Amino acid sequence: MTDHQKVSQQHLAALFREFIDPDFVITDDETMKPYECDGMSMYCQMPMLVVLPETVAQVQEVMRICHRHQVPVVARGAGTGLSAGAMPHAEGVVLSLAKFNRILDIDPLARTARLQPGVRNLAISEAAAEHGLYYGPDPSSQIACTIGGNVAENSGGVHCLKYGLTVHNLLNVEMITVEGERVVLGSDGLDVCGMDLLALATGSEGLLGIVTEVTVKLLPTPERAQVVMAGFDSVQKAGDAVGGIIAHGIIPGGLEMMDSHAIVAADDFAQAGYPRDARALLLCEVDGTAEEVQEHIEQAEALFRELGATSVRTSKNEEERALLWKGRKSAFPAVGRISPDYYCMDGTIPRSQLAHVLTEMERMSEECGLRVANVFHAGDGNLHPLILFDANVPGEFERTEAFGTQILKLCVEVGGCITGEHGVGVEKIRQMAFQFSDQEVTQFHELKAAFDPDGILNPGKGVPTLRFCQEYRSLDHKPHSIHPATETSHG
Amino acid sequence: MADIAQQLQEQVLAAREQGQKLNIVGGGSKTFLGRQADVETTDLNVGDHTGIVDYHPVELVLTVRAGTPLTEIEATLAEQGQALHFEPPRLGESDTIGGTLACNLSGPARPWSGSVRDQVLGVRLINGKGEHLKFGGQVMKNVAGYDVSRLQAGAMGTLGVMTEISLKVMPQPAATLTLVQDMAPEQVIHYMNARAAEPKPISAACWLDGKVYLRLSGARSAVEATAEKWDGTVLEDGDGFWRQLRDQQLDFFAGKDPLWRFSVRSTATLPRLEGLWLIDWAGSQRWYRGAGEKPQLEQIARDAGGQVSLFRGGDRRGEVMHHQPDALAGLQKRLKHSFDPDGLFNPGRLYSWL
Repeated sequence: MTDHQKVSQQHLAALFREFIDPDFVITDDETMKPYECDGMSMYCQMPMLVVLPETVAQVQEVMRICHRHQVPVVARGAGTGLSAGAMPHAEGVVLSLAKFNRILDIDPLARTARLQPGVRNLAISEAAAEHGLYYGPDPSSQIACTIGGNVAENSGGVHCLKYGLTVHNLLNVEMITVEGERVVLGSDGLDVCGMDLLALATGSEGLLGIVTEVTVKLLPTPERAQVVMAGFDSVQKAGDAVGGIIAHGIIPGGLEMMDSHAIVAADDFAQAGYPRDARALLLCEVDGTAEEVQEHIEQAEALFRELGATSVRTSKNEEERALLWKGRKSAFPAVGRISPDYYCMDGTIPRSQLAHVLTEMERMSEECGLRVANVFHAGDGNLHPLILFDANVPGEFERTEAFGTQILKLCVEVGGCITGEHGVGVEKIRQMAFQFSDQEVTQFHELKAAFDPDGILNPGKGVPTLRFCQEYRSLDHKPHSIHPATETSHG
Repeated sequence: MADIAQQLQEQVLAAREQGQKLNIVGGGSKTFLGRQADVETTDLNVGDHTGIVDYHPVELVLTVRAGTPLTEIEATLAEQGQALHFEPPRLGESDTIGGTLACNLSGPARPWSGSVRDQVLGVRLINGKGEHLKFGGQVMKNVAGYDVSRLQAGAMGTLGVMTEISLKVMPQPAATLTLVQDMAPEQVIHYMNARAAEPKPISAACWLDGKVYLRLSGARSAVEATAEKWDGTVLEDGDGFWRQLRDQQLDFFAGKDPLWRFSVRSTATLPRLEGLWLIDWAGSQRWYRGAGEKPQLEQIARDAGGQVSLFRGGDRRGEVMHHQPDALAGLQKRLKHSFDPDGLFNPGRLYSWL
C-alpha cells in the first residue's frame, strides 16, 4: 500500500487538468450533482470529483494517478443501472466514459461492430440495420444505456433465452487495469488460449478494470417476427403454458409474462388491447425465416388454447406487433403512474417455481401492506416484481427494501439467485450473504485482489466484506442495522 | 453413478499437506492436450464422480457431476428430445463433461449455438485450499458475484477441481440437412461468411479438400425452403460427416504431422503455408497440419485477429498455447494464486509459468 495521506480535491483536479480539458474535470457541486446516483436513485453520494477523459491515453493516466494516490475510481456509462453500481464514492473519482461515444467500425461480412464504451445499446442495432444485422441483447433501457455499462453488468433483455446475454455476444474488450495498463481480453476469433478473462470481466461491475473498447457480434435480422398474446385465468396455467411451449421444442425470441396488476397498468398506459380481466398474460414472440415463424405461430396458438388460454391474439403486421410489445416495454413507467414510487426487483427462479413464488409474494404483499406488480422474463426465469410505495411516507422505503429482501431470499430458497441482470452494486450487496458462503465470498475477494490488490476500483460494491456477511446472517436481515460498504478490507 | 466429492476434497487436502502436485483426470481422453510438464504429479481421478444430479427438461437446465461421460448425458437428453447444442467433441472413448469444459471444446455448431463456455450456468469446484465452493447456479441469468463458472472454460483445471456443472440445454432441431459443393479456397471464406450473414437456419459451415459443407437445422419448413434457394447437393449421411469432423475422425486428422488450431477472425485471409488445411466455424476455426515454427504461426494468427495453439503432436514440452503478453500472464498467475495458492493443480499444463 502506498501512503494513505489523502490527496485533496484541488490537488487531484490540478493533476487531471494537466492533460484533460479543464471543462471536463468537474469539482463544483452543482455540475457534479447529476452524478450523485445512477438509475437506482434511492442511493446517493456526491463524489470528490468527476472526470470525463476523451482518449484511452487519458483514461490510462487517470488510472495511474488514482492508483498512485489510492483514490477510489467509479466508472460510469449512461447511469441507467438499477443497483447503484455507479453510485460515487465520497472520497473518489467518477470516471465517466460519456465522451467515448463513437462506433469505430462495422464489419458486415464478419458480422462484428467495434465500439467505444459510451455507444448506446440501441445505436448499435440502428447502425447495423443497413447491413441487415442487429445486436442481440436489448435491455429495457436500451435507448439510453451504453455498451460499456452492458459489459459491466452483463445485461440481458427480453431476447436472452434465444440470443443470450452480453457475455454471449462479445468478442473482445479493451480494458485499462488499475495500474493504467492497456490489455485486450478475447480476440477477433471465438475463443482464446488460457483463462477466459473476457467472461470474468463481463458482469464484474467495474471492480476489475475500466473498459475502453468493445467488439460485439452482430446477428442477421430475422426475416419475420410475430407475437402471440395469450391471456390466462391463473398464473399457474400461464406458467404451464410457458413450459408447454418449450417442451414442444420451440425457443421463442421473447417470452414475457405479466400479472393482473401489471396488465391493467400497462394497458391503461399503452392502450395495447390487453385482456384486462386476465390473471396472467403471455407475450410469445417467434422469429426466424418466414416458413419457420408460420409453423411455430400455428403451433403456439394451438398449444395456448389447449392449455386453457382464455384469449389468444396474434399480431398480423409490424404495427400490431409493436403495439402488443408497447404495453410490456412501458410496464415500468405504467406502474409509475399508479404509485408515487416503485422499486424494481430482479430475482431469477427456476420456472417451475413461478406459481409458488408469486403466491408467496402475494402473501408477503398483504402482510406488509405494500402492493406488488409483476413482469417476468418467463423464458429465462427472470422475475421483476415492482413494489409500489411512497417515498414521502416515513419508513415506507425501508419497509419496501425489507419486502424486497424477503423476495430475493425466497428466490434463493427455490434454487434461483438474487440478481438476474441488474447486478449487485450497493443495492443487493446485503443479499449476497444468502447466496454465498464465507468461503465463496473470500474467494471473490481474492479473485478481485488479483486485479486490484488495493481495492480502489468501485469499492464497496458487488461483494460484501466477510465481517458484514457474518453479522448480517446473525442479525437475520434487519435492513439498515449495518452497512456493507462501510469497510473495504478484504474480509 | 457415485458422489465422491468428499473423497476428492480429502485428497486435495492431503496433497496440500504433503506438498504433492495433482494431475486432474476425468475420462483420460484429453491427456494429449496442453503441455507435458516436467513435474511429478499424482493423479486425482474425477472420472468416478458421475451421475446426473438434476434435470428438468422444461427448465432447459441440466446439472451433472463433472466425471459424467458425455454419452450418458446425451442419451439422457435425447430421451427428452434435447441436446447439448455446443456439440461436445469425443476425443476418446470416455470423454467427460468436466474435461470438455476445462478444455473449452465445442463442435461445428459453435458459431451459432455457442460454446460449452456459453452454455455453462454454474459450477461447484474444490479450490487449492480444499474448500468446496459453488458459483453461478441453475438459472439462465445470474449476475451475482464474479463469473467463476465460465472462467473454468479453457483453464484446463489450473484453478480447481470441478465437481458439478450446470448447463443450458436446448431442444433438438426438428430437421437437419447438409449441402455440399465444390469450391476453391480463395472463394470459400467470403462464401461462408456471406451465408452466415443471411437470416437462414445455418448451423455449421466447413471447407475441406475443395468442398464446402453447410448444415441447416431448425423447423422443417425453414430447412427445406433454404435448401431449395441455396446451391449445393444434399449430402447423404450429413450427420455422420459432422460427427466425424466434431470428433476429429476424418482422414485429415490422421497421421503424425503436428495439428495446429487457429482461432481467428472469420473473414481473415491466411497465407498459404505448406501443409493441409481444414476450415471450420465459417472461418473462425482453422486446422493446419504441417511443420511450422510457433513464433511464425503466432504472427500469422495475430495478423488474423486471433491466436494459434499446438493442438496435437509436435513439441509438447515447450509452450503449446498462444503466447500471452506480460500483463495478461501476470493477471493469470495472480488468479491462479488466488484459487490455488500452493500450485497443486495441473502445474505447467496450460503454460510453463502457470
